[in-house]
Amino acid sequence: MLTPLWLTLKVALLATGAAGAVGIALGWWMSQRRFAGKNIVDAMLMLPMVLPPTVLGYYLIVLIGRNGVLGQYLDRWFGINLIFTWQGAVIAASLVSLPLIYKAARAAFEDVDGRFLHAARTLGAGEFEIFARIALPLAVRGIAAGLMLAFARAMGEFGATLMIAGNLPGKTQTLSIAIYDAVQSGNDAQALWLTLVISVVCVVVLVASGRMLQAKH
Amino acid sequence: MTPVPPVLDIHVQTTLESPGRRFVLDARFVSTTSRTALIGISGSGKSTVLMAIAGLLPRVQGHVRVAGHTLLDTANAVDLPARARRVGMVFQDYALFPHMTVTQNLAFGLCRLGQRPSEAEQARIDALLRQFDLDTLRGALPRHLSGGQRQRVALARALAPQPHLLLLDEPLSALDTPLRIRLRAELAEMLERVQVPTLLVTHDPSDVQALAQSAVHLDGGHVTGAPAL
Repeated sequence: MLTPLWLTLKVALLATGAAGAVGIALGWWMSQRRFAGKNIVDAMLMLPMVLPPTVLGYYLIVLIGRNGVLGQYLDRWFGINLIFTWQGAVIAASLVSLPLIYKAARAAFEDVDGRFLHAARTLGAGEFEIFARIALPLAVRGIAAGLMLAFARAMGEFGATLMIAGNLPGKTQTLSIAIYDAVQSGNDAQALWLTLVISVVCVVVLVASGRMLQAKH
Repeated sequence: MTPVPPVLDIHVQTTLESPGRRFVLDARFVSTTSRTALIGISGSGKSTVLMAIAGLLPRVQGHVRVAGHTLLDTANAVDLPARARRVGMVFQDYALFPHMTVTQNLAFGLCRLGQRPSEAEQARIDALLRQFDLDTLRGALPRHLSGGQRQRVALARALAPQPHLLLLDEPLSALDTPLRIRLRAELAEMLERVQVPTLLVTHDPSDVQALAQSAVHLDGGHVTGAPAL
């Protein structure tokens, strides 16, 4: 019974970490650069939020499936196959939660007063140092809110995960998929139990992160 | 004998465009005094000149020479990035890093990412804290400081990395009149003490009289008056 919970937490944590690193870097970059086609890049980065998860899952199969654009090389050169693995579930969850972090991080970075960044430049700081010592600490609340939402989104991820990782109990069956499975097989008691578990975990995560943010403030 | 180069030899040209507005800056002046005021009405481009000198604007043409150091000379493909210009800037409202203490603000320009201050750097920080009467405020955050204390921190922070030039952007404009008069005198005394070439932006003739030895008048992005006492 607990296996889907641990698997879900593992997948959601790793996905939040991966999407966090990429989303924060992209948010910073997009907040600092002006270039032609910026709106298009922004729209592309937001796509995972509006596309049906099954479409994302399909894209991922095309990309990292055994015969996929990248997948064939991963398989041939490194013997890595991501389909029907929990690592595949991490990739799916990372992709769906990326826009939440990217959007929050970009907005938070854009809110940082440009004079602080200018002041840091005149004091000899390079761009990475400005990011690490000025922008990131000043944007941390907005970014934390994005990370929280991304974690919750990754916990509840269903469609893309089902497409890419399947429904293998003990291996790739996350809580959301286990609930769907239990309902389909008429196992109402288990469905109810799993639903309660995921609800409680989500409330605990939200309360804990809310407290963390308040303490920080 | 080699002639002594002027303190400031500036020619900055750039065009700033925003929706519905186009501003052409073409400011050229030379100053032989160590404290120069840049005066003009609001919107005349004073702050833009400071930004161009500090290297904070993209696509600036011309040259910036400070006491013989060339920071920009587009004719000879010299364009130092802001971080390498050694130009200290005190911003309007001071722009102190709000998440850092007074000491951390001062140390920012001395210690790069991941470094701890060396003994010499720590000694410089301590000396500046004493010199600017900030010793008792080492651990304070900017939001807990008064206007005068903020001004002193901003000035000390700009001076910490030993800049070739100090730029002051309307350093007194955020203050009410009684405080402004007191801090003007304080600032004049501090500038006298630190002896770093200074370019000061203001629209207040009293600031020019108290703080500068010469003045350059800017109007619509162009210099309309040569440095004068």
